Amino acid sequence: MAIYQALLELADDHLVLGHRISEWCGHAPMLEEDLAMPNMALDLIGTSRTLYEHAGELEGIGQSEDDLAYLRGERDYRNCLLVERPNEDFAHTMLRQLYFAAFMYPYWIAAEKSSDDVVRGVAGKAQKEMAYHIRHAGEWVIRLGDGTDESTARMRDAVDALSIYVDELFESSPAAQEAEAAGVLPERADLRAEWDKTIAQVFDEALLTLPEVPFAQRGGREGLHDEGLGHMLAEMQSVYRAHPGARW
Amino acid sequence: MVNTTPLWEVFIRPRNGLAHKHVGSLHAADEIMALQAARDVYTRRGEGNSVWVVPSAAITASDPDQAEENFEPTGDKIYRHPTFYEIPEEVGNM
Repeated sequence: MAIYQALLELADDHLVLGHRISEWCGHAPMLEEDLAMPNMALDLIGTSRTLYEHAGELEGIGQSEDDLAYLRGERDYRNCLLVERPNEDFAHTMLRQLYFAAFMYPYWIAAEKSSDDVVRGVAGKAQKEMAYHIRHAGEWVIRLGDGTDESTARMRDAVDALSIYVDELFESSPAAQEAEAAGVLPERADLRAEWDKTIAQVFDEALLTLPEVPFAQRGGREGLHDEGLGHMLAEMQSVYRAHPGARW
Repeated sequence: MVNTTPLWEVFIRPRNGLAHKHVGSLHAADEIMALQAARDVYTRRGEGNSVWVVPSAAITASDPDQAEENFEPTGDKIYRHPTFYEIPEEVGNM
């Protein structure tokens, strides 16, 4: 059951961020990004689907990926707070993506040693996707950070707004600790040095500084979310809730 | 106002051994962003394994007004097509 819960947390991270980025579809500042962002969204949602399906099998009471994605309310969602932050502007969106991908890339590399076949399978595919997300989001962060007066101001605002959500990435819930002890998932706390290195490389070129964070925000793993997640889920789940059992 | 995202032409090689082929164009701030945009816009369905981007401004094109003198003279020189000799069966596909 702990492993089911830990996989659910991981799947929620990917679905929530995937849905957030998909909100840009049709609204991106240029056609090229209007395709790039749904590409990233589909990478994340694809990963979440595999994890939900596997979690549902381990739980063993017949919950499908759709049940897990569409029939849980926000208090049952266990994603970290970073991924639910609103898109705001392009600076926020790209920095959030960089922060998450810079964590998930070493996570999936470490997950190649997982004792779980499905997790190992996801790890092989997802690490390539995360490598590209780091590159794409990183190049934007560099250009906006070291750009015009306005883009620099927006990028610095994004750094100030989002950095308080970083520490939660490296914290393992009781369920995740059990999954880590069982060798199913990698130890989150071990990935900090790798994350720091990736961010330092980008921030160095982007002329940005990572601020000190005296009080990190946390609570997502206990189901304590910002109001915005409820609105997001209401929209995301409306079709399935109106048509229970719908298939696509 | 300066054009911050000039036009680039995109070429993709479908697989090893084939030539890069022009597939379209896009706007991007510089060559790194152009390559990423090309990957995101033109390789979503496994179209290839290598991408080139070239600034559209670097391309010199033939003048449409000279199309007649450029291309029509070849129209009646059908002997340039390799269709006037028979290939022995033993040779197989050429």
